[in-house]
Amino acid sequence: MFERTAFWSLRRRRSRWAAAALVAPLLASCATAASRTDSGSPTAAASITVYSGQHEQTVKQLTDDFTKRTGVRVQLRSGNEAELANQILQEGAASPADVFIAGNPPPLEAIRAKGLLAPVQPSTLAAVPARYNSPAGQWVGLTARSGALIYNTAALTPSQLPTSLAELAEPAWKGRFGFAPTETDFSPIVTAFAKLKGQAAAERFLVGLKTGAKAYEDNEALVAAVNRGEVQTGLVEHYYWYRLHKELGDAGTHSALAYFAPGDPGGLLAVSGAGVLASSAHQQNAQRFLAYLVSLPAQSLIATGDSFEYPLATGAVTQQPLRPFDQLRPPALAPADLGDGKQALLLLQKANLL
Amino acid sequence: MGRGRHRGPLGAVTASLVAGIASLPLIFLLWQVTGASRSELLALLLRPRVGELLSNTVLLVLVVTSASVVLGAAGAWLTERTDLRGRRAWRVLLVLPIAVPEFVNGYTWVSLSPSVQGLWGASLVSTLSLYPLVYLPCAAMLRARRPEQDEVAHSLGAGSFAVLFRVVVPQLRPALIGGAVIVSLHLLGEYGAFALLRYPTFAVAIFNQYKLGFDAAGAAGLSLLLVALCLLVLAVQRRATGGTGSVSARPGQARAARPLTLGRAGPACQAALAAVTLLSLGVPLVATGTWLLRGTSTTLPPASTGLVLLNTLMLGGAAALLCTLLAIPVAGFAVRRRTRLGGLVEGVTYINRALPGVVVALALVFFALRTAAQLYQSSALLVLAYSSLFLPLAVVAVKAGMTQLPRAQPEVAEGLGAHRAMVWLRVTLPLLLPSLSGAVALVFLSTVTELTATLLLHPTGVQTLATQFWVYTTGQAYGAAAPYAGLMLVLAIGPTYLLTRQLDRPRRSLPLL
Repeated sequence: MFERTAFWSLRRRRSRWAAAALVAPLLASCATAASRTDSGSPTAAASITVYSGQHEQTVKQLTDDFTKRTGVRVQLRSGNEAELANQILQEGAASPADVFIAGNPPPLEAIRAKGLLAPVQPSTLAAVPARYNSPAGQWVGLTARSGALIYNTAALTPSQLPTSLAELAEPAWKGRFGFAPTETDFSPIVTAFAKLKGQAAAERFLVGLKTGAKAYEDNEALVAAVNRGEVQTGLVEHYYWYRLHKELGDAGTHSALAYFAPGDPGGLLAVSGAGVLASSAHQQNAQRFLAYLVSLPAQSLIATGDSFEYPLATGAVTQQPLRPFDQLRPPALAPADLGDGKQALLLLQKANLL
Repeated sequence: MGRGRHRGPLGAVTASLVAGIASLPLIFLLWQVTGASRSELLALLLRPRVGELLSNTVLLVLVVTSASVVLGAAGAWLTERTDLRGRRAWRVLLVLPIAVPEFVNGYTWVSLSPSVQGLWGASLVSTLSLYPLVYLPCAAMLRARRPEQDEVAHSLGAGSFAVLFRVVVPQLRPALIGGAVIVSLHLLGEYGAFALLRYPTFAVAIFNQYKLGFDAAGAAGLSLLLVALCLLVLAVQRRATGGTGSVSARPGQARAARPLTLGRAGPACQAALAAVTLLSLGVPLVATGTWLLRGTSTTLPPASTGLVLLNTLMLGGAAALLCTLLAIPVAGFAVRRRTRLGGLVEGVTYINRALPGVVVALALVFFALRTAAQLYQSSALLVLAYSSLFLPLAVVAVKAGMTQLPRAQPEVAEGLGAHRAMVWLRVTLPLLLPSLSGAVALVFLSTVTELTATLLLHPTGVQTLATQFWVYTTGQAYGAAAPYAGLMLVLAIGPTYLLTRQLDRPRRSLPLL
């Protein structure tokens, strides 16, 4: 019995193979760890690390093009913009990130408030209309999306759609309207609503949504639900419909986009932006990357890419079949007016939506 | 107690060391929560919404855990104790659902029928992916049990069902409880899976505090509430395990049980298992197939897919090994010392399973940069993160193996003058090998689909199947995402086969879990 179960006498060769198979990954992971520390050496100086919360395929195109033009390599780390911002907040001055790209201003504002962003070069800021940039000049606007309604074309005709967001919280729309209260792009709309119509109206609006509307966890789930007909219409940013349409083609698309009346909070412009970390040891190359992002070549890549967002730099033109940027009629609110989203968070929590 | 012979300071020290590493997220939370004022915290915690989310979570835990216990135990009984046809195939098919990415499950079910939503939808979908965590330990334990007691009961005139409920089920208790705890803890910390099913759980509140408030202190306060829930689950476990923690069924030696003849019930049982497999594997497989065929984003996976696969394999393999290694002292300590300290050491390692991945990942960001900045965003740190997250799976597996260790052999060996370390290496370790490989396989399966910690901690440029799947699904390019979901399943087949082969081996009838 003793001999039969002893470790090495038991099918000796197989055990060795097993041991080798088990140890190999450990060694390999140590090796990767070692090679990573090497990349911090001077030979790799012409390299920057970018944390990006934006559409990875598009950002990858941009970083590749930047490397081709400048020789500066880009280490891209994609993730959820809010998780990345929280990661930077924990990392503090030790952050390996040189540049942070976020889909919305609040993540950028959250790290700016902790003094973790450096001022953006004035020439870079000047490439984009000032109202889309950080009020303090610490991040630059890159792209924009418009709030819109996606509606199921079998359930509704355009004429049946409301022209204002407020109507959708009324009893007439009970069970027919979907929204994603926990998405990062919903809270700016709440802030805008409160700015334009007053705090009390915003509270009433949210209470109406809590009782009558269908809450989805994210916009991807919401557009898919509208397209299936599970809910008749939903509040999303325009590009979600375009991505859905691209994936499903005309045959699979049973939905369309509609825009709100001019100036309605539902049509708020959401702006993505990029900033340079104050702790970055590669300030010059990081600033070069930001300058590139707002340059015409980069903005044209965005205009023609699969992210379906509007480029923000002066002179860049959208080529996708999107409603032309200058025909959008968003409310006259800039990121500066929308703050860090704390007010919206409290309103949403008060309405028990969060 | 009887096993105190092995009580050495080394075991206690290593167990405490592992518990120390495992408690980093808890320390992080306690440190972060000091950043919030008492009034802020109270306002955050005492909201009606928190109550709503808490009750959602508790209901889900109750329903899914019970359903998983029933499904897992029934499946195990059918594949281990009856003459069911195709048992070997069923053993693999009943484990594989662990490896289906949650997003695939959620998305598929919602597309199939909008009625799969809310508590029942979330329960259905979670049960179908979590029941293997109960099935595995039950199957292993049924294998290990000696059939004599059943036969005695039979000979005394008890019917098959009486034997099942009065002899078999009570003896399965440790396996059932172990599996149920793992399922419950998993549900406490889960948030991604329920997003599509419109069933917000408490973890969502934590995530939103990070996401919309960038408020680590508030999130820590909410997370500590989740820790309290976790402690509650563990307290229930301790009570349920009670004095019979060490298994009454002594491991059998090499005599297989006489399988129960299903007879006319056979086809019905086949149909039931087929239904479970169809729902848990067939549905997601067909759905990913449809993405491939219908999605316009479908392209052949790029050449780098091989590398992505290799990365996933390496990281998961390393994590599985490290995690199992760390689990040995903890499990040993918990088994030998059924004291408060033993319970504490074990309990600490369980907490991470109940925390959302983002909390554990941020805790490691915090500590790594302050103590070992060189390791930050290296494979080594990611492997450590996986190990922290999945340590409970390994501890449960190894612990069950240890409770069933025969005492006689090591004692004889030591009596013959062998050195204690040698005895451990040559006698105890081989006897533990099946449960160790069970732990390795389970942890590996769990790492393959892990996303949150992977996104925050992966070495720059190193992609895994889960991160690539995420890149495409967030861009709504489901066709392009489908091959990665398929590869995750393919990757899971190996370890699943390994797990079930351990069950097939009559030579050594020790349990995996």
